[in-house]
Amino acid sequence: MNPVLLKIIVLVGILLVVLGLASGLIWLERRLLALWQDRYGPNRVGPFGLLQVMADMIKIFFKEDWIPPFADKWVFVFAPSIVMITVLLTFAIIPFTSVIQITDMNVGILFFLGMSSLGVYSVVLGGWASNNKYSLLGGMRAASQMLSYEVFMGLSLMGTVMLAGSFSLRAIVEAQQHMWFVIPQFLGFVLFFIAGVAETRRLPFDLPEAESELVAGFHSEYSGMKFGMFFVGEYLGVILISALISVLFFGGWLGPVLPPVVWIILKTLFFICFFILLRAALPRPRFDQLMSWGWKWMLPLTLANLAVTGAVVVAMRR
Amino acid sequence: MDVLFYISAIVAILATVFMLTRLNPVHALLYLTVSLLAVSVVFYTLGAPFMAALEIVIYAGAIMVLFVFVVMLLNLGRHTIDTERTWVTPGMFTGPAILAAILVGEVSYLLARSGPRTPAAAVVGPHQVAMSLYGPYLLGVELASFLLLGALVGAYHVGSRRARGRTGVNGSDRVRIATGGDLVRTGADRPSGAA
Repeated sequence: MNPVLLKIIVLVGILLVVLGLASGLIWLERRLLALWQDRYGPNRVGPFGLLQVMADMIKIFFKEDWIPPFADKWVFVFAPSIVMITVLLTFAIIPFTSVIQITDMNVGILFFLGMSSLGVYSVVLGGWASNNKYSLLGGMRAASQMLSYEVFMGLSLMGTVMLAGSFSLRAIVEAQQHMWFVIPQFLGFVLFFIAGVAETRRLPFDLPEAESELVAGFHSEYSGMKFGMFFVGEYLGVILISALISVLFFGGWLGPVLPPVVWIILKTLFFICFFILLRAALPRPRFDQLMSWGWKWMLPLTLANLAVTGAVVVAMRR
Repeated sequence: MDVLFYISAIVAILATVFMLTRLNPVHALLYLTVSLLAVSVVFYTLGAPFMAALEIVIYAGAIMVLFVFVVMLLNLGRHTIDTERTWVTPGMFTGPAILAAILVGEVSYLLARSGPRTPAAAVVGPHQVAMSLYGPYLLGVELASFLLLGALVGAYHVGSRRARGRTGVNGSDRVRIATGGDLVRTGADRPSGAA
């Protein structure tokens, strides 16, 4: 087939699947949470309540899209789109299979880290532009939380990079032919997962939008589809981190019997469900606990992991 | 690639000009971020993807977020814009403009002398960057790490002085320290009393 055509099909396919999955997750999350809390969840609209998502989408599109008169108008409008842009751009470097990948950059992991650090602007600017004290507090919490957790998010991946000898995600998957990196890099996996939860601002790290103290945090003033973009952006982030964990630590598309696409989807779905279980199971920490946990425990552990992995890699090469 | 280079270079210059002329500090910071992103694209088109990625991760993603954070923390209101309006006058730009013009003259002289710009000979990947950093430039890396360690110790000292209660301890702080309260919470981020 024409390679350009193939690329376009892959690109559009990934975009549709990812966006579809992100909106489907709203239903999945509500059903799973309900299951774990001994109730049914949305089960009235369509089979198993699947059409609830459609109903919510129609509602959110027709809601009044209100910009507060005291807000900084242009920044307020622009902020929700940043999270969508950065997360969707990162999907370009994820190798879903050896064929289904938009581009294989030789600085793939760094591209992901760069995009995720740009994603912070969305929340911070959203909080600032709302010109509301609760939003501002949420935005400031987001800035300090994400800056702190980004530091060891990058460092926790460097053990994997050392073992594979490349920043390219495809090379990392191919280096896992014989053993998944979760075995030699178990600590790295745990640290990256925690940083990933903090990066997507999911419970227990959802302090920027803690309802019980900050109304709705950084998106208090948002309504309609602008709120919807923050909302879907969060689910896109969950999918992204889950896919990255499968690719970096669980061998990506590699697996016996089943076709590669099925393997990557199964692995990704497993981690998405784990994200949702975390929300159902864990309470929210206090903000200073969150910060000191990050700097006093996670960062030293990451550095230790890095030093030990480096020493082992050097010793093995001898 | 040449077209991409010129487009992103123009974006970088325009964004920097807007950064200088904006009155609202957050808007100025946003333009500076755009300028850094454009410079990152310039690096990429010149065959340095590693530098491009680091430009985004470190400058646009970390340092600029810290700047925005500080501006938000100070919560500068409408009156800053009025202050800026009195500061940012056309006359203010004469000095920098003359200096920049000298640089532009130098650069155009260099470009004219060495003929047309040659595109990058090869793409410099992360591997080559690492080999030269830990080969011929090892001393520089070590010195930079000394500097950073010094800065870290200094920041810790400045940040923890009030918590230890040597200076400026007011009533509530003294009680909290006496009862062995959480030292993190007595830091400068918690204004006490009427403040």
